[in-house]
Amino acid sequence: MFKILDRYVLGPKMHYILMEAPLIAKKAQAGQFVIVRMTDKGERIPLTIADFDREKGTIALVFQEVGKTTSILAGSKIGDYLQDLLGPQGNPSEIENYGNVVVIGGGIGVAPVYPLARALKEKANTVTSIIGYRSKEHVFWEDKMKSVSDRLIIATNDGSYGKKGFVTDMLKELMEAREKIDIVFAIGPAIMMKAVVELTRTKNIKTIVSLNSLMVCSMGMCGACRVNVADKTKFTCMDGPDFDGYLVDFDLLMQRLDTYKTEEYSCQCNTK
Amino acid sequence: MAVEKKAVPMREQPVEQRIKNFDEVPLGYSEEEAIKEASRCMQCAKKPCVQGCPVRIDIPVFIKVLKEKDFQKAIDIIHENDSLPCMTGRVCPQEEQCQAVCVIKKMGEPISIGRLERFLADWDLNNRKNKKAQEIRKAAAKNIKVAVVGSGPAGLTAAAELAKKGYDVTVFEGYHKLGGVLVYGIPEFRLPKAIVASEIDLLKELGVKFATNMLIGRALTIEDLFQEGYKAIFIGAGAGLPDFMGIPGENLSGIYSANEFLTRVNLMKAYKFPEYDTPVKRGSYVAVIGGGNVAMDSARTALRLGAKHVYLIYRRSEKEMPARVEEIIRAREEGIDFRLLTNPVRYVGDEKGVVKQVECIKMELGQPDASGRRRPMPIKGSEFKIDIDEAVVAIGNTPNPIIPLTTPGLKIKKDGQIEADDWGATSIPGVFAGGDIVTGAATVITAMGAGRKAAEAIDKYLS
Repeated sequence: MFKILDRYVLGPKMHYILMEAPLIAKKAQAGQFVIVRMTDKGERIPLTIADFDREKGTIALVFQEVGKTTSILAGSKIGDYLQDLLGPQGNPSEIENYGNVVVIGGGIGVAPVYPLARALKEKANTVTSIIGYRSKEHVFWEDKMKSVSDRLIIATNDGSYGKKGFVTDMLKELMEAREKIDIVFAIGPAIMMKAVVELTRTKNIKTIVSLNSLMVCSMGMCGACRVNVADKTKFTCMDGPDFDGYLVDFDLLMQRLDTYKTEEYSCQCNTK
Repeated sequence: MAVEKKAVPMREQPVEQRIKNFDEVPLGYSEEEAIKEASRCMQCAKKPCVQGCPVRIDIPVFIKVLKEKDFQKAIDIIHENDSLPCMTGRVCPQEEQCQAVCVIKKMGEPISIGRLERFLADWDLNNRKNKKAQEIRKAAAKNIKVAVVGSGPAGLTAAAELAKKGYDVTVFEGYHKLGGVLVYGIPEFRLPKAIVASEIDLLKELGVKFATNMLIGRALTIEDLFQEGYKAIFIGAGAGLPDFMGIPGENLSGIYSANEFLTRVNLMKAYKFPEYDTPVKRGSYVAVIGGGNVAMDSARTALRLGAKHVYLIYRRSEKEMPARVEEIIRAREEGIDFRLLTNPVRYVGDEKGVVKQVECIKMELGQPDASGRRRPMPIKGSEFKIDIDEAVVAIGNTPNPIIPLTTPGLKIKKDGQIEADDWGATSIPGVFAGGDIVTGAATVITAMGAGRKAAEAIDKYLS
């Protein structure tokens, strides 16, 4: 069973949950995710693994309350058990010694960037982390990110903390300063990853993105998570979630993410 | 004595009623009906039906005992070869197997073997609910651990047979619910999920252990299972990535693989949304692509979700359809619009990326191809469009890739299936496999047959 060991609020509708999951912790690597289901009638949703501790047998999840499942998860207490937890799913990120690496996290996407930056650091890369939030109250894990970065750049959309602007503005500054960047990893909303790719493409900097497509099975069987990569159908759960950002059809990804907008609305109304 | 040429019909839900619910369509035989149908069996000496059955049930004997009203003995005879008769009685293609070779077929309708099997299996289930469980014949515990990967028909059968032989069996299932294709794939109206659950409960009584949310290849690998003390492993991982045609627009919103569409509806119970959290699109004009049982299931499911019109688009003619005749008849009765010798060439979406049309081309049949069926060829210039708001692509799938990818030394055929001999033995000693992961998409009974044979092979390997 999967017991909740710790939990706290990170910001507006943003939560941290630490749970007992020894088998998952043993195998988890940066870039992987879990499937969570909260009730007998619940949906299966993917959440990225924000941290793992092999010795303690724990994994951490960081998520935003956006639907019914995440609302129930947000309401759970220390000592509660999760109904269903499956993982680690998806392929790990490819961690090598690339040289100068820029990792970019947007909003809740900062959480999965943490184990990624840590793994890159362990491979002796020079890691510059750019993390962006809507405003000061949304900022989380600054210290954790600092501990795994050679340089940390924080930005908020409204300038209430760190620098003012989007993560792409920060990246642009580095590129304009002609810094040597060997590879960029970007995790966040699809629109942010698309903007990062549009920017790095101008200087031909390799860019890896982690896709957040809709999912049902997560084990290579249903095809809900399909995306177009280099004009071919790929499955995020089996072929990803990391892909070469230049080859991803982000517009299609965003259209497919909107498939159940009306249904999601009616489902949330139903919980009230 | 003259043989009654006509089979006793099985009552079913009337069409106008059943298209509005997800309840089972055929209602089963009563005791009288079953005995009447059993009386038609000539008890011929050749028993061709036994050879026609993939798991070799002693059909004439169980029919004879049924006629004598010894239902317990009759179901015991079936259970000797078939651990899941509630399911095979419903979803086996009997018309191509046991019933296809029935002697009476020369003079009239063959014996309804599937219906009789279903009658006995349902009788047994009800009986078990009312009484204390029957003592199941079981060998003494061997204290040898065997792992079964996947809880579909192959895995459940292997688990049952191994448990009866006294092995300590654990079944690992990736999903949160047990049953594999029996719960995610086959719709409620063909195979009620309560029945699947009851059959699985019987396996629990046999001592089989089950672990859900355990995807072998991720949290634990085949190698890990050996290290955990399992002495042999049966892989029945089943179907994998759905096939698509690779035509423009196929990833628009509103286009599903049959796997996803059926999983949402059957496993996640999206037909009860919003009581259940998982949504599914309820299209008004739905195109289902394909001609197999999965295509029929998808079309009939779309209808029950409230579609005004469901097209079934198939590139060959009805004669070449792989679906069971019974399912084709029911689909037609329910008003599914068969567009045969027709093939999609592209999908057109609206400004939001939601599918709104499928463009098709007319086909004609040419020379027979590798499958022996006449090859469909497009007729130039015959393109036309159909307005739709949902499509379900039901043209098959490739084997599940996770175990092949994460098991070094496991030999894989070039189309992704695990290489195994007739008894399920793979290239790794102690690792056996069966079902769709070995044969590609096939039937429930074929997978069960493979699970059964592998259980025997595992017993030999461990003795």
